[in-house]
Amino acid sequence: MTKVVKREDVYDKFCDGQIIMIGGFLAVGTPEVLVDIMVEKQIKDLTVITNDTGFVGKGTGKLVVNKQLKKAIVSHIGTNQETGKQMNAGELEVELVPQGTLAERIRCAGAGLGGVLTPTGVGTIVEEGKEKFTYDGKTFLLEKPLFADIALIKAAKADTGGNLVYRYSARNFNPLIAMAAKLVIVEAEEIVEEGSLDPDEIITPGIFVNMIIKG
Amino acid sequence: MVSPKEIIGKRIAKLFKDGDLVNLGIGMPTAVANYLPNDVKITLQSENGFVGLGPTPLEGQEDKDVVNAGGQPVTILPGGACFDSAMSFAIIRGGHLAATVLGALQVDEQGNLANWMIPGKMVPGMGGAMDLVAGARKVIIAMEHAAKDGSPKILKQCTLPLTASREVDFIVTELGFMEVTTEGIVLKELAPGVTAEDIQAKTEAKLIIPQTIAVMG
Repeated sequence: MTKVVKREDVYDKFCDGQIIMIGGFLAVGTPEVLVDIMVEKQIKDLTVITNDTGFVGKGTGKLVVNKQLKKAIVSHIGTNQETGKQMNAGELEVELVPQGTLAERIRCAGAGLGGVLTPTGVGTIVEEGKEKFTYDGKTFLLEKPLFADIALIKAAKADTGGNLVYRYSARNFNPLIAMAAKLVIVEAEEIVEEGSLDPDEIITPGIFVNMIIKG
Repeated sequence: MVSPKEIIGKRIAKLFKDGDLVNLGIGMPTAVANYLPNDVKITLQSENGFVGLGPTPLEGQEDKDVVNAGGQPVTILPGGACFDSAMSFAIIRGGHLAATVLGALQVDEQGNLANWMIPGKMVPGMGGAMDLVAGARKVIIAMEHAAKDGSPKILKQCTLPLTASREVDFIVTELGFMEVTTEGIVLKELAPGVTAEDIQAKTEAKLIIPQTIAVMG
């Protein structure tokens, strides 16, 4: 059975207050069509988990400019001045997470782990309020998993069963968020028949994917 | 007149061994790649998901999916490999990087580094910097010796929020090459025409100055 759906089917899945993971690094590997659907639907009070808030007119940045976010859990906001403005005005809560920690918090949610112990952030403000463990002379912070209602993925190629292939640096967080959300929606540049991809070349198995649209 | 970028880049390039895997930060650290000796080949990692980072492509040959960690178009050299962000940071935190080169707002004599925010002024986020500094086997700071207003950046104690605690190994500026040790910052080399007094005058931390100091170059 094909997982390829119409734009309207995706449109229906979004509502106010959702926790949404979005792939991409500075808008490379960000599903722009899916972001545009969220902008069009005007859903509000979203918590977005993504590497960065992109640019004013590009990537996740479009949701910031349109004031649709309540909270952003990200590693970087420096390329979108609107994020900083809303943060300073108290309109948007920003949780800054070291990039490797963000990746692992998402990965461990999808992998069924209760958290991850990382040396990153020890001795900095990142350790505030977190449990610390010291053994073998090294100190680690306990970082907890991040789950989402929906993950929005950008793939270079999808088969109709949801098996995914990415291109170069557009892979980034996409394979990780595909494991950590209740509903996984893919925007693919190219869609091929199930069975036409070599199982060895697939990066994200279709078992994680619920819906696919053409990007 | 040799630019600070060139002086710093040339000295840092000499810290690498053939075969090293290295991550270069955006800005001045990126320039280091231009000054590698011919007999030293290093592999560059780009934390957005690949090793084998190559030069900027020719105009018109950019690929929208091949960018560096600053979002600029780059190339991936033959032999390069792509991966997701979890593997990218496993490489970084797992001790697989020989070195990382980053800029700094402040660095102190304990090896503490502050380079990700100025409260109330500039809060871009740490991106991958905290992982890089915590995980790379050597942390090398490439920066101009003093701030634009002349105030020192090499301090007794950082006043800005830290990126990492006690992780910095080397500091390279246009004035000299310094190593952070458990005793403090040792002045190892001076740029041509710079004296130990000159460099100390622009440094808040008390430098440990050996009897003989080599010329940086």
